[in-house]
Amino acid sequence: MLMANGILLTHVGVTFDHYQTALEDISVALDGGQIIGIIGPSGAGKTTLIRALVGRQRITSGSIDIFDHPAGSAQLRRQLGYMTQGAGTYSDLTVAENLRYFATMANIPRRRITAAVERVLTTTELSPHADRLIAQLSGGQRQRVSLGIALIAKPKLLILDEPTVGLDPVLRASLWQLFEQLAASGTTLIVSSHVMDEASRCHDLVLLRDGRLLAHGTPQQLCQQTGTTGVEAAFLKLVGAAK
Amino acid sequence: MNPRRTLATAVRVLRQLRHDPRTVALIMVVPCVLLIILKYAFYNNAVAFNNVAPMILGIFPLLMMFLVTSIATLRERTSGTLDRLMTMPISKLDFLFGYALAFSLVGLVQASLVSLVTLGFLSVTVLGGTLALIVAAVAAAILGTSLGLLVSAFATSEFQAVELVMPILMPQVLVCGLFVARDQMATFLQRLADVFPLTYSVDAMKQVTTHSQWTGELKRDLCVVLGVAAAALVLGSITIRRQE
Repeated sequence: MLMANGILLTHVGVTFDHYQTALEDISVALDGGQIIGIIGPSGAGKTTLIRALVGRQRITSGSIDIFDHPAGSAQLRRQLGYMTQGAGTYSDLTVAENLRYFATMANIPRRRITAAVERVLTTTELSPHADRLIAQLSGGQRQRVSLGIALIAKPKLLILDEPTVGLDPVLRASLWQLFEQLAASGTTLIVSSHVMDEASRCHDLVLLRDGRLLAHGTPQQLCQQTGTTGVEAAFLKLVGAAK
Repeated sequence: MNPRRTLATAVRVLRQLRHDPRTVALIMVVPCVLLIILKYAFYNNAVAFNNVAPMILGIFPLLMMFLVTSIATLRERTSGTLDRLMTMPISKLDFLFGYALAFSLVGLVQASLVSLVTLGFLSVTVLGGTLALIVAAVAAAILGTSLGLLVSAFATSEFQAVELVMPILMPQVLVCGLFVARDQMATFLQRLADVFPLTYSVDAMKQVTTHSQWTGELKRDLCVVLGVAAAALVLGSITIRRQE
């Protein structure tokens, strides 16, 4: 199957140290150009799956193909923006210094770096804080710097590990608006979250539990399938059915 | 490898230091102060101090740069920034050489400063001259940087990185000839000293102190120190994995 603009996971498994299974037999085909939510309680394997998608985690079985390239391949590194779950920023550098450095690492030509940094500062509403050290910022501001770094090279694929954790509702809403704009312009977004009300804002959902794929589908499909009205209720019902 | 990304990484590391003036002060001032203390400890024995101070110059830059580098790279591993970089079009060597370059520069400034304080303010005389002393001190700093980069792979916390100084560097300090001349030690310790890189750093300093020429032994010592530094860097690049 050709997935020039999609993501294909085939029997993906990840085992740590030969005995601890983090992901087991995950097969799912995802279309690009939309917001894909990886949803599940903590410990479900969301971060492991994200790390496998960005190529940082070696998978012990199966395969992951993104835009027709194996996950972690050099071609993908030029199209990928990754927001780690931790800070993923240099706390002893300013916001602008962080952005400039990662812009250089992302291969943005020197003459376009200032413009790229300005663009991201505006998008993340960090312009007034450009010259402050990360260590002096609030948690929410740091979170936005981290997102800004992922956005710096206008990636075709944006993989965000719990991007809205710890943010206030206003900021959270404005970020989801940004995600929708990016998806509308053709970017593929993969967003992990343990907050079920965020799941309803995704176009496609991958529900994980205990390292296994619990369900896959649009929020509407999952609600219909379970006869529920919200993703959270659908999730609970699916967990009950799986037992 | 890409020179632009290597250089940008080195500049970034130096910028981080610039925002942390206390660390810079500690790196630059502490070795000088310790040497001053040592001078007054040898208050009644200026000749002995004249022999010991250059040897210390082969040790302090190494120790200091080892600590600074191992913690800096460890932070990179634990804060998620390395995760991020390894998913970007950057080579591991850009990262590693960027660090080596930045901290070697810091080592250059530090080792030069300490050397000048030793020769000037503490009136130590070495037959080999200022340049030879500085070269040997900088080589020690570069070795410390590379070993720090390598060792940070074996630490999972800042605690461990600091603790690793004891098992990795202290045995080398004990048998390098500073406390007891190497030919006076038990034979197996002499053999051990032969394979420790710090021995060659200290030996280079002895050569500089006692010979006005760049002796063959001095050149050999410097080659060993820089060779081990290069090897540690190569090994370090193996410990950084793109995929874990």
